[in-house]
Amino acid sequence: MTATTLSGRAQTVFLDPALVRRNRIIGIVLLVLAAVIASGFGIGVEGNAAFNLTPPRALIPIGSLIVPVAPYVLVIAAIIAFMGVRLLMKSGSRYANLLLGIALALAITAFLTWATAGKSLSLIGLLQATVVRAVPIAFAGLAGVLCERVGVVNIGIEGMMMAGAFTGAVAGSLIGGVGGLVAATVVGGGIGLLLALLTVTYRLDHIIAGVVINMLVLGITSYATSQVLVSNRALNQAPVFRPIEIPYLSDVPILGPMFFSHNIFVYAALIMLLSATYYLFHTRLGLRARAVGEYPRAADTLGIDVFRTRYINVMLGGMVAGFGGAWFTLGSVGQFDENMTAGRGFIGLAAMIFGRWHPLGVLAAALVFGFADTLQQKLVILRTPVPAEFLAMAPYILTIIVVAGLVGRARAPAADGHNYEKS
Amino acid sequence: MIITLDNITKRYGSFVANDSISLSVRSGEVHCLLGENGAGKTTLMNVIYGLSKADGGQISIDGKAVQFASPKDAIAAGIGMVHQHFMLIPAFSVTENVVLGLEPTLFGDRLDLDAARKRVRDISAQFGLEIDPDAPLEGMPVGIQQRVEIVKILYRAADIMIFDEPTAVLTPQEVIEFFKIIESLRAAGKAILFITHKLNEVMEIADRITVLRHGKVVGEADPATTSSGELANLMVGRPVSMLVSRTEAKAGDVVLALENVHVTDGTSKLALDGIDLVVKAGEIVGIAGVHGNGQTELIEVIAGLRPIVDGRICFAGGDIAGISPRERHRRGLAHVPEDRSIAGLAVTMSVAENMVLDSYYEPRFSRFGRIDWSSVRKAAAQLVSQFDVRTKSVDASAASLSGGNQQKVVIAREMSRPIKLMIAAQPTRGVDVGSIEYIHKRIVEARDEGVGVLLVSTELDEVLALSDRILVMFDGRILAEFDSRTADRSLIGLAMAGVVTQSQTHAPEIAP
Repeated sequence: MTATTLSGRAQTVFLDPALVRRNRIIGIVLLVLAAVIASGFGIGVEGNAAFNLTPPRALIPIGSLIVPVAPYVLVIAAIIAFMGVRLLMKSGSRYANLLLGIALALAITAFLTWATAGKSLSLIGLLQATVVRAVPIAFAGLAGVLCERVGVVNIGIEGMMMAGAFTGAVAGSLIGGVGGLVAATVVGGGIGLLLALLTVTYRLDHIIAGVVINMLVLGITSYATSQVLVSNRALNQAPVFRPIEIPYLSDVPILGPMFFSHNIFVYAALIMLLSATYYLFHTRLGLRARAVGEYPRAADTLGIDVFRTRYINVMLGGMVAGFGGAWFTLGSVGQFDENMTAGRGFIGLAAMIFGRWHPLGVLAAALVFGFADTLQQKLVILRTPVPAEFLAMAPYILTIIVVAGLVGRARAPAADGHNYEKS
Repeated sequence: MIITLDNITKRYGSFVANDSISLSVRSGEVHCLLGENGAGKTTLMNVIYGLSKADGGQISIDGKAVQFASPKDAIAAGIGMVHQHFMLIPAFSVTENVVLGLEPTLFGDRLDLDAARKRVRDISAQFGLEIDPDAPLEGMPVGIQQRVEIVKILYRAADIMIFDEPTAVLTPQEVIEFFKIIESLRAAGKAILFITHKLNEVMEIADRITVLRHGKVVGEADPATTSSGELANLMVGRPVSMLVSRTEAKAGDVVLALENVHVTDGTSKLALDGIDLVVKAGEIVGIAGVHGNGQTELIEVIAGLRPIVDGRICFAGGDIAGISPRERHRRGLAHVPEDRSIAGLAVTMSVAENMVLDSYYEPRFSRFGRIDWSSVRKAAAQLVSQFDVRTKSVDASAASLSGGNQQKVVIAREMSRPIKLMIAAQPTRGVDVGSIEYIHKRIVEARDEGVGVLLVSTELDEVLALSDRILVMFDGRILAEFDSRTADRSLIGLAMAGVVTQSQTHAPEIAP
């Protein structure tokens, strides 16, 4: 017998053809994007864009950010073109998604500068509205995280939020804002209980259960609105929560108006997202909840009650969605309209995936979607030549791009959507 | 410490999985429970561990009767179990996996991961397990994962430890390591119940043996006074020959040749990294190796289920890259897939439907897009009798058949057309001994008729019994080649763990 060798060997350098192809495509997309930006928003555009940094009603003006449009746009186009060329040359790069994300963000600033050329836009207003519009999406995303981390897919968030909005309006009109909020949370938790009953106990397909909940709530609230609320206006006049300025923090430039001069929904969202992070990743119960979502049989063999864990977390998710739904009425306009959640629950699910099933990821994703939503509104005001209907699609198009392209290999909990049967 | 089972009975409907089973395990003793697949071993374990409830009988620990409503009660009574399929969460770290369900906490339910880590380190040191508490479980070798399972039990201070088929997933080298761990647990005074269907292991490790068949205890034995032959007869219920009778291979022309084949695992990782392989007509080439070293990808790329990234595959004289699986079938490829319930059969469909999955479109079964069911049934009935498939009728669903009979349906279908090459992947996994004999006989017959056979199995005994040449796969490559007449079991075992000597290095013949 000759010398024994352990077969440790260096993995041969190897490029996956799918990765190379994908990187080439992204590289070409970036080059096209750069060309579109330079020709469409840069060349031949004159004047400056003024971004106002002073919040409305502020005592001390901070001033404005004046940006010369054409030079700025051309610089951005050049940066994007450079990234595109780099990707084409180094087609094995693993940062293609990151580059694409940065390029899209830069492209948006270029577009915004162009749209503001010769005019002025309140940047603070834009950011403030971004946070406000991120709120329902963040609640929906968090509700999704709580459910999916224990392995229950919750398509019914839209319905839970709509029920919360409706209950918030009616109960708020009758017993005041705080009462309305509590009622919305309880109703949301109740629908969560229904989802848990259908999926955990009766092992119904999670998608079907969620769709059933959405249709049920849409039907009931629409019927009640047209038959009851229209003729009894007093039932649909809820008080709206006023903004609370947090002392000192709200005076910080830019961040203050962005985060610390809102109504309780913004603060509640931040607190809930932080507590959920602590709960899921730093506590005993959180570890157990995640175990149930990953491998319920393993959890079961260690004496963890899979059914109870799922029930509790799905109900918690429902309560978060119900609370978040109340934002539409108690935190915004004070009255319920048919289908007023308009798909925010679904966008929340996209934010959950984009945020990789992590509450803080959900926060970041919700801000991105909130920004898209806000931008669309501001651009209508700025009277850009882009049709308003097209701009209104922005948040949904962003959802598709994000979920299909940018997420990469985010991994759902392993047992997500799988029903559990005891052996 | 002594655990006693007294007349445990467990029924599923009219089927009696455990029929009045009695046995006992004492502290400092390894008690082996031996039985075939489906003999009721796992059911019994689930009863002891509180995962399912017995319909009759009594479990007692140190003479005191106990009742387990859930695993929680069993754990509290000092019982720990290493399941056949590990109960570990890949997304968690070692420490998180170990403490799950019995977590040390600080104020406000906060996990005390530092204390947990220390416990894992202590236990690991005490029994020589060498576990890194912070390592993520994902990507860990199964041998190490099994140690994590053992730490998990020791963390719960179990005195009675149940191992369900613990060596099924290990390489021969890992088995040696594992037996050392068992020794140290026995020395520490643990009562160990060891479930297996492998006779040589029983002879090596057991202090006492109980044999189970069809849910009943059919015998008890002392390893000092029994032989593996006797145990085999007891386990199967009739004399069995452990050897497959076959003559010398008469290898003919090359039917399958792989040259420098590269395949990815679906991400950008290489699953096959330059495979060279030749199968000739009339020979059985066995692929040995621990599961997950590229065997699945090898089978799939030959069957046309996975794209080839680089290299060439020639079958029956032509390059078949880019040719559909159906066309490969037509050219004479038979494929008995690794997992019959996923890829081999449509289990909710009938036996007859499954028999023609490869040929339903042919004129003899299908005219103007309409399937002629009476000729399908007739053909199926003929195959059922020819291959000795035990089924109520050809219209019974495939799911209603036993594992062995399901596998016979797959083999019958694949051998029902003229073939030149047969890929047999795990052909006898989860199959009763009687059917194993039958399937092995059929494979050897096919070889003798001039079919080239590529046998892929993680059971080294099966590869040794059937193959004319043995190739060992490790980490996406063929690491070593052995002639079955001169093959040394321990050298193959070493190669399965990635260790080779120069003389065995696989040198492929160049295809003409």
